[in-house]
Parts: sequence; structure tokens; C-alpha cells
Amino acid sequence: MVELLQNLIDGLGRGSIYALLALGVAVVFGVMHLLNFAHGELITVSGYAAYWALNDGWSWYLTVPLIVVVAVLTSLVIERVAFSRVRGADQFTLLLTSFGVHFVVFAIFLLYVSASVKTFPRPGWVTNTYAVGSLRIEVFDTVVIVVTLLTLAGTTWVLQRTTFGLSLRAAAADFDTARLMGIRSDSVIRGAFALSGLLAGIASVFWLMRAGSTVPSAGIDPMLKGVLAALIGGLGSLRGAVLGGFALGMAEVLLRSRLPDSVASLTEGVVFLLIALLFIFRPQGLVAVDHAERV
Amino acid sequence: MLEVSGLTTAYGEIQALRDADLRVGSGEVIGLIGPNGAGKTTLLNTIAGLLAPRSGTVTLEGDDVTGRPPEDLLRAGLALVPEHRRIFTDLTVEENLRVGGVTVPAGERGALLDEMAELFPVLRAKWTTAAGYLSGGEAQQLAIGRALMARPRLLMMDEPSLGLAPILVDVVFELVETLRAQGRTLLVVEQNATRMLEVADRAYVLRSGEVVAEGTGAELRADERLFDMFVGN
Repeated sequence: MVELLQNLIDGLGRGSIYALLALGVAVVFGVMHLLNFAHGELITVSGYAAYWALNDGWSWYLTVPLIVVVAVLTSLVIERVAFSRVRGADQFTLLLTSFGVHFVVFAIFLLYVSASVKTFPRPGWVTNTYAVGSLRIEVFDTVVIVVTLLTLAGTTWVLQRTTFGLSLRAAAADFDTARLMGIRSDSVIRGAFALSGLLAGIASVFWLMRAGSTVPSAGIDPMLKGVLAALIGGLGSLRGAVLGGFALGMAEVLLRSRLPDSVASLTEGVVFLLIALLFIFRPQGLVAVDHAERV
Repeated sequence: MLEVSGLTTAYGEIQALRDADLRVGSGEVIGLIGPNGAGKTTLLNTIAGLLAPRSGTVTLEGDDVTGRPPEDLLRAGLALVPEHRRIFTDLTVEENLRVGGVTVPAGERGALLDEMAELFPVLRAKWTTAAGYLSGGEAQQLAIGRALMARPRLLMMDEPSLGLAPILVDVVFELVETLRAQGRTLLVVEQNATRMLEVADRAYVLRSGEVVAEGTGAELRADERLFDMFVGN
């Protein structure tokens, strides 16, 4: 019982980061029907920014806003340089473009920085824990969960209450009709990338605090988690993406602690197997969305 | 107000609209009638900027707006209630109306929402319901209300009575009357030619992508050849 509770808290912490990543993937998918395999590059780029800043003597207090700002700007630059040119293109072109962006960013850091792991100091409190009864809770997980819940609440408020949020939801439901209402494709798509970058930036802060290092391929793992969680939740559904993130985090933690030691290293594989099974029985994901036909 | 001349629109090789001329004066209610596949929707969608014309011009209040995107045309005063309504089913009734008003200054949206609630009492009762749960008639009224939220100078409607029960068709035509009484300018595509000719000041008849006749309801009704064309269709 205690162990299960412990797993749930750990899973919530891990799932929070996945939820932020998945929500960013889902927001962009909503307006552009682009499954963004370059989403993890926001973590790569902001990771190097953090590496330079921290090794230049910046404190984490200053580095946190830097990471977020860099992630947002990177998201906007990628939109402008790559995705704005393939707007309205078929799914295959969009997918290839996002893979292209991933490889270009990877190559830039590989060629012009280094192939080796770059480390930076982690904040001291990351490994601290506190006890609640017989539970040992990480300070880090607590911070991640609280910040994520606040971020999700803020995002919900933006989507429900602001003109931008309303425009985004209308454009995601039916882009042509949204344009008939006067919604400009440029501003809604750029807004979606900025929001996606902001969410990735917050996730990146946590990802980097825990990792304490970055490499040119650092974006692959968070990208996979974000894209998979969005798929698990049901592509296009924002609520589903958040749910998918938590489900994925929870599944990883539970499997890692429950599987016998000899196969615990195969947790990832088992998770993928479960995801494959989910798609066999529920291909639309956890939360189904019916998309308006796009002409 | 609106002047369309020589408009030709094609889907690939197929010319859905050929050399169409049309004029809508301020405060007029103009019908656009004709059999299925005559190019009525193509004409509205081209005027609204959803389709790019091959040739011809669209002039709004003297400004050439040909080929401008729909989001600009809306700001120029041209709103379209699209075919099949295309309401945002995941959004509530109120949110749908708010989306319609995104181009209006924020301070004026409240008054417009009140106006819509008054004009469409059925919507008022379902204000916070997801629009996907509305009946066909309610959804049509929402689609029209959403377009009115932008305070258009010219409102275009594509088949507002399509798929509605007869009693709701009455509601739609009463609404057209109400809007006319408010002094609004309307361009309405209708497959229900008889009813449309009763409320329209003038109408254009399209067939196989061409404007084949134009005139007042009385003139067009008197033309038996035309009358047979729809009623027989």
C-alpha cells in the first residue's frame, strides 16, 4: 500500500513533465495537423543555453527564465524558418519537415559544439526528500507537480477565457471557418507555437534540473515521451494529451518498480508494448476527437 | 455595395463558375437560386475569399478585394454563413458567438452578445451548452448569429434552410425578414427558390456555372421556363 502510494507520487512527478510536453505537441497538432517530431529540440536548444549560462556563473534563478525564453523563441524560429513554409501541406510533408528540423538542430550542436556530454551543476535541492508518514517524497517531485498543475490551470484559463484561446480552439476545430470569422492564420499558428514553446520550456527546466547535462541528441527522449503521450491521449485532444502524459509517467514508474529485476531494464520496451496494445484496442487514444473535415 | 464582374472559378480543369456578374445594393436582399451544382456555393466562397478566382473582379464599396483572404474580407465588412453551418461543435453557444466577434473591439462584444440573445431566444436557453448538442434549426441560428457578431455590412448565407424541418424553414425565412427590416444587406443562396423569391428584392439564377437570369421575384416567377427548371428539379 505504502509502496503503491509512493509509486503514484513518483508517477505523478514524472507524468507532469510528460503532460507539459504532450500538451505542447497537441496544441500545435490542433492548428496545423503537424505531429511535431522536432518538439524535443526545444529542450536541446534550451539545454545548451542552460549549460552556457550555468558554467558562466549564472544562478539557477536566472537560468530558469532563460530556459523558458529560449524555448519559446526557438519554437517561434522553427515555425518561421521551417513550418510556415509547409502550412497546409499533406501529413507526410509535415512529418518529414519535423524530422528534418530535428536532424538539423542535432547536426548543428554536433558540428559546432561537441558530440560529448556537457554537464552543469544541478540545484542542490533536487535530491532532497522529506517524509510524510512512511512515504519519502522528493522536494523536486513536489515542485514539479505543483508547478505543472499551476501551468495547466493557467493554460486552461488562457484557452477558455482569452480571445487568443478562443481563436486557437476555433482554428483547431475548423481552420477555414475560423478564417471566415476573421481569425488570422499567422497569429493563431504563431501563438500556438509560442504556447507550445512555453510549455516545453517549463518542462525543459525540470528535465534539465534532473539531468544536469545535455548532448546533441538530448531532444529525442523528451520528444518521444511528448509525442507518445499525445498519441495515447488521442491526437488533437488537449485534455487527452495531459491525461496521456500522466498515464505514461505512471506506467513507467509502476512497471519499473514492479517488474522483476532481470527485466526492469526493459521497462521502455514493455511500455511500448502496452502502447501498441492500446492502439490495437483503442486506436483513437484515450479521448476521441472528431475532426472537422479539412478542405 | 458589392459588385462582381466576370468571375470565373475552377477546380482543376472544371470551371464551376463562368463569367458571373452580380450586384448587391446597400440594404438589398438578394437571392441566388438554381439547381444543385449550378455554382452557387462556388460563387459565395469565391466572394468570401475561400476560393481564388481564375479571372474577374470582386469590388466591395468601390474597393477591389479580389483574391483577398477571408480574414481580411471579414474586416472589410463581408461575412459568410457557410454551407452546412460549420459551427464549432466543441465550443459552447456563447463561445461560438464570441469567436464570431473576435474582430470587434472587446468593449462592444457584450452588447452584441445581448443583441444575439434577444434575436435568437432558442440560443439563450442553451447559452453554455456545447454547440454539438444543438438541433439543426438551432445550429443554423447559431451560425447566423455568429456571423452577425462581426457586424458585417454584407451578410452572405449559403443554404440556410437546407436539411431543416418545414417549421424551422419558416423560422429561417422569418429571420431573413427580420434582418431585412433591420436594414441589413443580404446575399442568400437557397435551393428553396419559391420561398426565396418571396423575400428577396431581386434574385440571380445560376445554372451550370453561369448566371442565366436576373430580376425581381415577380419577374422571375413569371418566367415559366425558369420556374420549371427548379420546380422540376
